[in-house]
Amino acid sequence: MKILVPLKRVPDPDTKIRIKADGSGVDFDGVKFAVNPFDAIALEEALRIKENLGDAEIVVVSIGNDDCVEQLRNGLAMGADRAVLIKAADELDSLAIAKILAAVYKREQPSFVLMGKQAIDDDSNQAGQMLAALLGLGQATFVSKLELIENNSKARCGRETDAGIETVAVKFPAIITTDLRLNEPRYVSLPGIMKAKKKPLEEIALSDLGVSAMSRTKILALEPPPKRKAGVRVKTVDELVDKLRNEAKII
Amino acid sequence: MSKILVIAEHDAGQLKLATLSAMGFAHKVCAATGGSYAVLIVGHGIAAAAETLRSYAAGCVLVADHSALKEPLADRYAHVINDVARSQQATMVVGAASTFSKDVLPRAAALLDAGMISDVIDVNPDGNDFIFKRVMFAGNVIATVKLEGALKFLTVRSAAFMPPQKVAALSPVTSVTVDAGSLPAQIEFLGSEAKVAGRPDSTEARVVISGGRAIKNSEDFERLIGGLADVMGGAVGSSRALVDSGITPNSLQVGQTGKVVAPDLYVAVGISGAIQHMAGMKDTKVIVAINKDAEAPIFEVADYGLVGDVYQVVPELMEKLRK
Ligand SMILES: Cc1cc2nc3c(=O)[nH]c(=O)nc-3n(C[C@H](O)[C@H](O)[C@H](O)COP(=O)(O)OP(=O)(O)OC[C@H]3O[C@@H](n4cnc5c(N)ncnc54)[C@H](O)[C@@H]3O)c2cc1C
Ligand SMILES: Nc1ncnc2c1ncn2[C@@H]1O[C@H](COP(=O)(O)O)[C@@H](O)[C@H]1O
Repeated sequence: MKILVPLKRVPDPDTKIRIKADGSGVDFDGVKFAVNPFDAIALEEALRIKENLGDAEIVVVSIGNDDCVEQLRNGLAMGADRAVLIKAADELDSLAIAKILAAVYKREQPSFVLMGKQAIDDDSNQAGQMLAALLGLGQATFVSKLELIENNSKARCGRETDAGIETVAVKFPAIITTDLRLNEPRYVSLPGIMKAKKKPLEEIALSDLGVSAMSRTKILALEPPPKRKAGVRVKTVDELVDKLRNEAKII
Repeated sequence: MSKILVIAEHDAGQLKLATLSAMGFAHKVCAATGGSYAVLIVGHGIAAAAETLRSYAAGCVLVADHSALKEPLADRYAHVINDVARSQQATMVVGAASTFSKDVLPRAAALLDAGMISDVIDVNPDGNDFIFKRVMFAGNVIATVKLEGALKFLTVRSAAFMPPQKVAALSPVTSVTVDAGSLPAQIEFLGSEAKVAGRPDSTEARVVISGGRAIKNSEDFERLIGGLADVMGGAVGSSRALVDSGITPNSLQVGQTGKVVAPDLYVAVGISGAIQHMAGMKDTKVIVAINKDAEAPIFEVADYGLVGDVYQVVPELMEKLRK
């Protein structure tokens, strides 16, 4: 069994996002980067599947510039076996990413792909579904429970939908995207970091992959959301009820 | 000229109100640039929902009703949307930003080699094209974006677009022929959680009462958060902390990775106000925060902040509101 896990390099979820003064982009100066949290959850799940089966190969792939090596090494330190960096221009939209991942998929021929439901920088929530369409494969998105069934030929997945948990089965190969509750990713250990240094990390130029992935989405400008006007503190429940009734006129 | 295809959403035949906001988006675009919009509803046993859709001046209501489409499986739904978008020569395919649209629309977009923008909050014509605004980075950034290509896929935030005015003339209905044999069958539906009836959906309610880590267990959640919601005729929500600890189901989660709500009133009960939570409720009209920590970030967005213990404040609030 081989599991492909894409890892996106994103700003750490705890960092404060600042927009450059001219609105041309986010100011990444001094910002700490991390593996997209949903992708770390995907990798953790792949590692658990491997531990359960006794054997499996886990390949992590990142698309971006040389800095992504940091996140790939992190994935290797968590326990992935091999890493692939697809060197590409920084800002690619989800359709472009899906096309590149489809090419990686064809090279690697994994049993299935486990990936995040959404990148926490662009918050698009598209790439996995698009990848499934391009490859003509089944998909299970927003998965918070995953179980291999029927001789590891299918996955039974609990999906987090607006209406509650929905359970589906998908035949492999398939694309599975993760939600937060699936698991809690392990921390990287010191021996893990040492081992990761010896694991293979292959770099492939986008042009060598044979895909021309151009973003259709063009960001023209960024701005902060409108600020809410400062509110007031109320001292008592009576005062709160009075404000809601007579000032906000909401009840 | 725009030809917009709105993908309606329903829950076992019950129309989701967010669909009307997606139609509101379509209406706005057509009013600005000319053109027309159609609504497609896919499912089984959807006649009543289709009937409701006829009152909003859509050029036509397309109904793909088939037993093979009873469950909202992404492979099948994307296949149907693909066919209809082609036959309608759509220039935009639009759905409400929900887990349904997020599951199905990107898949349909890729089948049609179309780009997609999620969580659109504004649209303006720009020559023959459009400029959109969308939310990124957990609500910290509003991006102005263009999307190249003759066909664009979008999900829109319901709070950002008003439903179109109802009109007397009903839109014509066209039924879409579904060839069940040609539908993909890669995803098998096994079941879904029984819905807890009673309270409204937090994305559709005028009032949302949301609980955070201050709430210690499910009984307290039901008594305090559920109780206050019932007194105010509202819906309940929660922070991720309660979902993680199993106190609330994920369907209640409000935030960057949960539901985005924009009610008239949002009461945050014992929620600290992490950026990921605020991404899901910052567009509320009036925010009330109850928290024992006077420094909690939620107070920075609250219109009315009350520093206190939720176990004392909420029962007192319920009592005074009942009067
Ligand atoms: C990738 C990612 C995505 C995420 N997505 C979401 C999301 O969509 N939605 C979401 O909510 N979170 C999300 N989170 C989690 C988020 O970062 C916070 O951890 C979470 O919102 C905290 O929940 P909380 O405010 O209930 O808990 P805490 O931060 O622990 O706050 C509890 C608050 O209750 C107060 N309190 C405690 N006891 C009492 C009492 N008796 N009376 C009054 N006040 C009391 C405390 O002062 C504190 O302010 C996400 C995190 C990540 C990394
Ligand atoms: N540059 C990238 N490199 C690797 N994986 C990516 C990249 N961009 C997106 N992905 C994957 O696609 C998922 C969804 O991304 P998005 O559609 O941008 O929200 C992420 O959780 C990742 O698993």
